[in-house]
Amino acid sequence: MTATAVRSNLLGTLLTRLTGDEKHAPSAFSTLDVLWVLYDRILRVSPETADEPDRDRFLLSKGHGPAAYYAVLAAKGFIPVDWLDDLGGPHSHLGHHPDRVLIPGVEIGTGSLGHGLGLAAGTALGLRAQGFDARTFVLLGDAELDEGSNHEAIAYAAAARLDRLTAIVIDNQSSTHGWPGGIARRFPGWSTSVVDGRDHDAIEDALSQSDGDRPHVVVAVVEPKG
Amino acid sequence: MRETFVRTTTALLDEDPRTAVVLADISADAFAAAHHRHPDRVLNVGIREQLMTGVAGGLALTGLRPYVHSYAPFLIDRAYEQIKLDLGHQDAGAVLVSIGASYDASAEGYTHQSPGDVALLDTLEGWTVHVPGHPDEVAPLLRAAAGNDDRIYVRLSSQHNARAYERTDRLQVLRRGWAGAPVVLAVGPMLDPVLAATRDLDVTVAYTLTPRPLDGAGLRELVSREVVVVEPYLAGTSSRLVAAALSDVPHRELHLGVGRAEQRRYGTPADHARWHGLDPAGLRASISTFLDRA
Repeated sequence: MTATAVRSNLLGTLLTRLTGDEKHAPSAFSTLDVLWVLYDRILRVSPETADEPDRDRFLLSKGHGPAAYYAVLAAKGFIPVDWLDDLGGPHSHLGHHPDRVLIPGVEIGTGSLGHGLGLAAGTALGLRAQGFDARTFVLLGDAELDEGSNHEAIAYAAAARLDRLTAIVIDNQSSTHGWPGGIARRFPGWSTSVVDGRDHDAIEDALSQSDGDRPHVVVAVVEPKG
Repeated sequence: MRETFVRTTTALLDEDPRTAVVLADISADAFAAAHHRHPDRVLNVGIREQLMTGVAGGLALTGLRPYVHSYAPFLIDRAYEQIKLDLGHQDAGAVLVSIGASYDASAEGYTHQSPGDVALLDTLEGWTVHVPGHPDEVAPLLRAAAGNDDRIYVRLSSQHNARAYERTDRLQVLRRGWAGAPVVLAVGPMLDPVLAATRDLDVTVAYTLTPRPLDGAGLRELVSREVVVVEPYLAGTSSRLVAAALSDVPHRELHLGVGRAEQRRYGTPADHARWHGLDPAGLRASISTFLDRA
């Protein structure tokens, strides 16, 4: 069995525990591949360093549908695997939107769209002010970009030259009115990458980029939302 | 009060590497020198109040202590969900410092006024609210806020009393009536108008510049029958807390403050105080009518 197949089986098993659904292939989860590459290859954070002030930060702005996020956190040891068996129960740590106060390794609680990028900009500014080299990643959805608050943060992050900030937009073409001309164009002043959101090497390459002067946006294109 | 805020926060930036200031253009000029010395901790995001609050939440999550500042309607009303989620839901703290209060910007009109700011924060958990009544009360509040990670709102106003009082979370009794006399509680800049309105009335006058958390125990000690609360924001904002503090005392309450009706008039802050019945004559009339009804 290849390493990829092992990973796929593990995450598939975890997702089944979480959703109780045997039929969903891991590819049904639009964020799964990006999240796996982040935690497996990019982020300088582990369960042991989850409270270190100079850790890399990952902020899930698109807080709805967090099954893939929870599965990756369990696979990487941030949370016990048996937490996945109880989603949204009265004593569960895992809700339909994540709460940072309840889940180790979760940097922000989200659900209402359009909050993560502003928090990520503040996080990147706070790390820079303290002289930390850490990177800040924030994941959004293409429909989430409808929220105007994102565009406040996009403009300011470029002006403030937040070169340690990377935004990832999962593009499954679910925005009601779409983004004619492409999503990357909505990030003026940023360096941009557009990748196949299922190609792990391409995702890794895009997430590794940082041009030392500008924030970076990675548009990860996946199948249109069914 | 704004000058005191700028001076004190600028000093905190020099003294404490945790201090950060987040602005949305308002007062940016006043912080120009501080920005020059601390470009990474004096952040003007432009006219973007949602972002201002989100940035503050992010800064706090990395361990900094953000002071966030604008006109009250932009700082509180406009960014309410960011205050709720980017600070409260993240369990992050910040010091929100507003100017403008209810109608300091009387000639600017309703767009620049926020009589509902404290009522909005009352829908959320864990906010301390300071309403200083004198510029000299401001610096100690801001300095104390640097030493913790609480969620704190400081409501600055161009209206103020003739003298400053000490910083305490307890109600301060400034004039004591006979045992059992009606109690008039004045919040922040409402103290001098209350003292003038009740000059020859046999009432106990208490003062607070920290209405949240309300000193309910202190109020319970004072009130035996009637209580009048005079607040510089929406009338009745504190009624829920006063009722809770006095739940075992048969009593009558009168809550005075800014009315809900939009004035659609300009003029001066003194004009608005008169229209809302918050000048000494208006207060006197309301309080006397209430007490005579007993």
